Amino acid sequence: MTTHDTDLAVRATGLVKQFGDQRAVDHVDLEVRRGEVFGVLGPNGAGKTTTLRMLATLLHIDAGEATIFGHDVRAEPHAVRRLLGVTGQYASVDENLTASENLWLFARLQGLGRTEARARGAELLEQFDLAEAARKPISAFSGGMRRRLDLAASLLTRPPLIFLDEPTTGLDPRTRGQMWDTIRDLVRTGCTVLLTTQYLDEADQLADRIAVIDRGRKVAEGTADELKSSVGQSALQLQLADPADLPLVEQEVRRLLGEEAVLTPEARRVNVPLTRTDQSVDVLVALRDHDVVIESVTVQKPSLDEVFLALTGHDTHDAERDDVAPPAQADQADHTDHTDPQMEAAR
Amino acid sequence: MSSLTVSDPTADLPTRPGLGDTVSQTVTLAWRATMKMRRSLEVMFDVTIQPLVFTGMFAYIFGGAISGDVDSYLPLIIPGLIGQTVLTACVATGVQLRTDMDTGVFDRFKVLPISRIAPLAGPMVADLLRYFIASVLTFAVGIAIGYRPGGGVPGVAGAVLLAMLAGWSLAWIFTLFGIVGRNAQAVQGISLLVMFPLTFLSNAFVPTETMPGPLRAFAEVNPVSLVITAIRDLANDGAVTGDVGWALLGCGVVIAVFAPLSVRAFNRKM
Repeated sequence: MTTHDTDLAVRATGLVKQFGDQRAVDHVDLEVRRGEVFGVLGPNGAGKTTTLRMLATLLHIDAGEATIFGHDVRAEPHAVRRLLGVTGQYASVDENLTASENLWLFARLQGLGRTEARARGAELLEQFDLAEAARKPISAFSGGMRRRLDLAASLLTRPPLIFLDEPTTGLDPRTRGQMWDTIRDLVRTGCTVLLTTQYLDEADQLADRIAVIDRGRKVAEGTADELKSSVGQSALQLQLADPADLPLVEQEVRRLLGEEAVLTPEARRVNVPLTRTDQSVDVLVALRDHDVVIESVTVQKPSLDEVFLALTGHDTHDAERDDVAPPAQADQADHTDHTDPQMEAAR
Repeated sequence: MSSLTVSDPTADLPTRPGLGDTVSQTVTLAWRATMKMRRSLEVMFDVTIQPLVFTGMFAYIFGGAISGDVDSYLPLIIPGLIGQTVLTACVATGVQLRTDMDTGVFDRFKVLPISRIAPLAGPMVADLLRYFIASVLTFAVGIAIGYRPGGGVPGVAGAVLLAMLAGWSLAWIFTLFGIVGRNAQAVQGISLLVMFPLTFLSNAFVPTETMPGPLRAFAEVNPVSLVITAIRDLANDGAVTGDVGWALLGCGVVIAVFAPLSVRAFNRKM
């Protein structure tokens, strides 16, 4: 164990995971400092969960290095497991047991004595607002209750590092808010949290720093503000009648705003980053003066889609679609075509 | 430790679980398996309803044809049925392991700092209870319809113990299928394909003398036959014969072949 590494909860360099001829994770570097919430943001199939599972000893690391508080993930999996709490996308609790039996089981498995296991279980059920449901079968639990129980089960031994894999995917907005509060409380106890999410909003709410992952690669890293400013505070989306007008629009945007518009020729779409929403008027007026026919106009706050579009040149749905496409084609389409300046800057 | 602190990540950590940890984790997971049996009683049908129905059925259907009358068939068929029922229970061991491994809770077992073998060993220990119930019930039904085991209480107790040991050994075969099978249905399918020859190409229901040569050769080295012969010796005569030794050897061979294969396959999945 090297002592200088323990300032970092997670250090991963050049992580690679290959599934058949598809590279699910492609040389990802991550550094998570102790005590911070680090968000891994990306669409479905981007490689977030695969990365997390490799760090959690659940998947073999094909290439690269990973340490958790200085312990090598491959060489010392047992030590790493002692430092980790993992809560997955799907609640990993025993459906045949009650909530308190589940906690008792996991506490006993981790070496807590009978009395201690019972006390710690009761304490967590109380803390997670599940005390009343302690003796109910899990099958009667709502989605939010399951997630809370799952999280409670990860905290029995007070691990210093928690992995949360899409902690709120599939939850209704109110339950999502409660989950966010729970995660914030967790950080206050001194936990380091590594979470994955598909929602910029969630990363924005919780994470100190965010890495954006797309098709197995890290395409950007920074605070939520840094990421958002890379796409402008909001964005003007235009749909043109004639794709031949695209170069003109690009040129006008550069002249008026000094920004690079993101073009999607197949959809005749233009995405213009705005630092102020009223700039959209300048763009629209200029385009009318050039007789550009516009089919639709929207002004939006940056969403994950915009961040993605700006960073990678394709939107999140493309990533999902390529996920099921033949891997070789997906790779070519991705990594050779798009070398736009913002993506380069992000690296 | 208060709830406001987390444990120290820089403390020295063991690199592998000790033997004591492994044993206690196995016991805890065996407890989990018995809770599951209590909650979903249908998983116990193969060791409760089946012995009740099969014992009466086989005794009255085959008794006259094979041994002249039911009473003289009972000393042959009761140990045979114990062998058959325990083997059926073993199939369920493999199928349930597969079902269990497909649930989310196994993901948590994988990421807990526990012995890699405990999630496999726990249910296998709990299943000893199922083999116990199956063999005791079969004896009970037999006695109710007129079977008088000559070995008395010690003989029957020895037979039950041997049946449990045999169940645990043979379960390794079906555990391997459970681990490598793609899903519960596939495991069930292949297990039945293996279980039927093991059951019927044995001396469970009929004496092997009337079988054609190759079948008879197999039936005589079939570990199920060895176990059934030993159970007959123990229950009917109260005798610890050489056949008991052969049965133990047969079980040992099954364990020696299938346990390492299962453990290796399981570790690859854990």
